[in-house]
Amino acid sequence: MARRLAPEVNAGSMADIAFLLLIFFLVSTTIETDYGISRKLPPPPDEVKSDIIVKEKNLFRVELNQANELFVEKKPLRFEELKAAAIAFLDNGGGLEKEHCGYCQGARDPKSSDNPNKAIISLINSRETNYETYITVQNELISAYNELRNREALRIYGISFTEMQVQLKDANHSGDKKKLRERIKEIQLLYPEKLSEAEPVTAEL
Amino acid sequence: MSIFKKKQKAELPAISTASLPDIVFMLLFFFMVATVMRNDTLIVKNELPYADQIEKLDRKNMVIHIYAGKPSSRYKNVGTEAKIQLNDKFAPIQEIKSFVLEEIKSKPEELRPFLTTALKVDKDTKMGLVGDIKKELRAIHMLKINYTTKTGQVSNNLQ
Repeated sequence: MARRLAPEVNAGSMADIAFLLLIFFLVSTTIETDYGISRKLPPPPDEVKSDIIVKEKNLFRVELNQANELFVEKKPLRFEELKAAAIAFLDNGGGLEKEHCGYCQGARDPKSSDNPNKAIISLINSRETNYETYITVQNELISAYNELRNREALRIYGISFTEMQVQLKDANHSGDKKKLRERIKEIQLLYPEKLSEAEPVTAEL
Repeated sequence: MSIFKKKQKAELPAISTASLPDIVFMLLFFFMVATVMRNDTLIVKNELPYADQIEKLDRKNMVIHIYAGKPSSRYKNVGTEAKIQLNDKFAPIQEIKSFVLEEIKSKPEELRPFLTTALKVDKDTKMGLVGDIKKELRAIHMLKINYTTKTGQVSNNLQ
């Protein structure tokens, strides 16, 4: 009997199969977003001491009503102006002697906040406020903090605060991580994020 | 001259498609690697708002997802009120506690203090529902949260 050779497999349809798989993955892919605004919630209400007295001038009231309108210190404000208003408040540095703020570049208005580490932003929203509006306000307030922190970090270390945070998270970064972490802490202490959120109010503003 | 004439007569050679499978395979592998299979099937509308002051969530297995939004068009029978989705089904607000505690239990012990709750909330949801979720999370000391957003200018939001 003649020795038969194994027949050659036709690879012409391989491209078709690959195309089929490719199309499946193309359609089923959802590039998932895992970016977002990180916040830390306050501990449960019964564990918070409520006898802290805050001076009225150290408080920056941001309110969102049920019609998604923004009120800052009881006055209506456009969303685009919120960041500038928050920076002006945080960076005011109106305090004297013990509460003097050496690095502030604000107007030093005695009627506004004394020191960035005394300044508290209070965000109150209605139950009917849209989530989208709320995120916009959160984003603007955080960007106000970040801008001030960037300015100080650039002045002291010559590198912006956000850049430092990126480096800290970067696994391939070839720097001293411990030092970096200390620096980030220091900048955070200059402008601590004091953002208080009250329970959503049901009453109409 | 005869050489010239011969060349003019010659037909264009067929383009070889032998490398086509290679190219397709390359694309295929890219998509296979880049694909993240969703763990949960979305049954609520989930259009996230835009933000630019954002941080990346570091590890997939250290995140607990809570979805909220109006039921998507296939689930119109449950109403149009915004609802919470845990795992693959709608859940009342009281179930968040047990769901999150269950999730925490399923993670390795050394990761537990670093768990983050990602709130994937549709942009048209009312803050009342989000506030309720936050209240539940506070009660069980899951204080690290992340409002998952799309990357972009906030001015995209207010249109």
